[in-house]
Amino acid sequence: MNDHPNLLQAGVRAPDFTLHATPDQTVSLSEFRGKAVILAFYPADWSPVCGDQMALYNEVLGEFHKLGADLVGISVDGSWCHAAFSDARKLRFPLLADFEPKGAVARAYGAYREHDGISERALFVIDGDGVIRWSYCGPVGVNPGADGILEALESLHAAAPKAG
Amino acid sequence: MMAHVQGTLRNDVTADDHVLGAADAPVTLVEYGDYQCPHCYRAHPIVVAVRKKLGAKLRFVFRNFPLAEVHPNAMHAAEAAESVSAQAGADAYWAMHDAIYKHQQDSFDALDDAHLTRYARSAGADPKIVQRDLDAATFEARVRADFMGGLRSGVNGTPTFFINGKRFDGDWARVEVLTAALEAAVGN
Repeated sequence: MNDHPNLLQAGVRAPDFTLHATPDQTVSLSEFRGKAVILAFYPADWSPVCGDQMALYNEVLGEFHKLGADLVGISVDGSWCHAAFSDARKLRFPLLADFEPKGAVARAYGAYREHDGISERALFVIDGDGVIRWSYCGPVGVNPGADGILEALESLHAAAPKAG
Repeated sequence: MMAHVQGTLRNDVTADDHVLGAADAPVTLVEYGDYQCPHCYRAHPIVVAVRKKLGAKLRFVFRNFPLAEVHPNAMHAAEAAESVSAQAGADAYWAMHDAIYKHQQDSFDALDDAHLTRYARSAGADPKIVQRDLDAATFEARVRADFMGGLRSGVNGTPTFFINGKRFDGDWARVEVLTAALEAAVGN
């Protein structure tokens, strides 16, 4: 089963990017080097399912941190929209604006919906060396939950030699 | 891609669970719920209705899944229910459970500590012990364990139902739909 043939898979180097996290601040993937990071692409701020997904991740953030991972959300919304959404939901992790050129990062990860002009609901777990270790793309209307991410982070831990 | 089977209950029903119905009932309905969630409020009478319809064929289990970031009283409500259960037993727990959902929408402060301890008293527990347990976070770990178990089973919002261990993604808000799904599980 592969409904998303272009979705970047485990083993592939994660394409670097620099996106706005706030109107006057940018974040680059390379800044996370040395640490695992979860990329959560989602279709749009404010749509009810997305709110649920991001709200759930807000609850689970402590568990992600315990497993040594940071989390960023990414959608094509602009940074002012993200700021309002994040504020309303009291999110404690950054939302990145894949806004200009629109959807470029989602495209690079094989997670863009050309006809809709939004990203898929796609998840990536990237290890400290910048390599994708797990990816998942679910139906756009369904909250993918956190169990797959937690499982991926745990196997990342199991596989990693203890840092010396 | 590694195996990622969503929507299977990872943790079996145990003696620690809050259970209504016989252990050998052919169907088990597990709800992961949040006491301050308005959808769970809507689900509460539906669960009552399907329990009535299924009768002895159904075992119902409630587990905590408080979304504490969006529902500031959800954690204490769950802990208060656990406190009632620990000091006054299963019947008191279910009375507390029903009281919390009954009153959820009464007012903005319907689930603050003052109200929770009042419901606890009417459920047959000592409100002072409940308040002490809330202050000491005695049952926080227990509630958190429910939450993590749900998370690992593919709970991604509330309420989430599992029928005989499999997540029910159908329309729980319609009694006849949920009843049909449960009846179908009886036959399996």
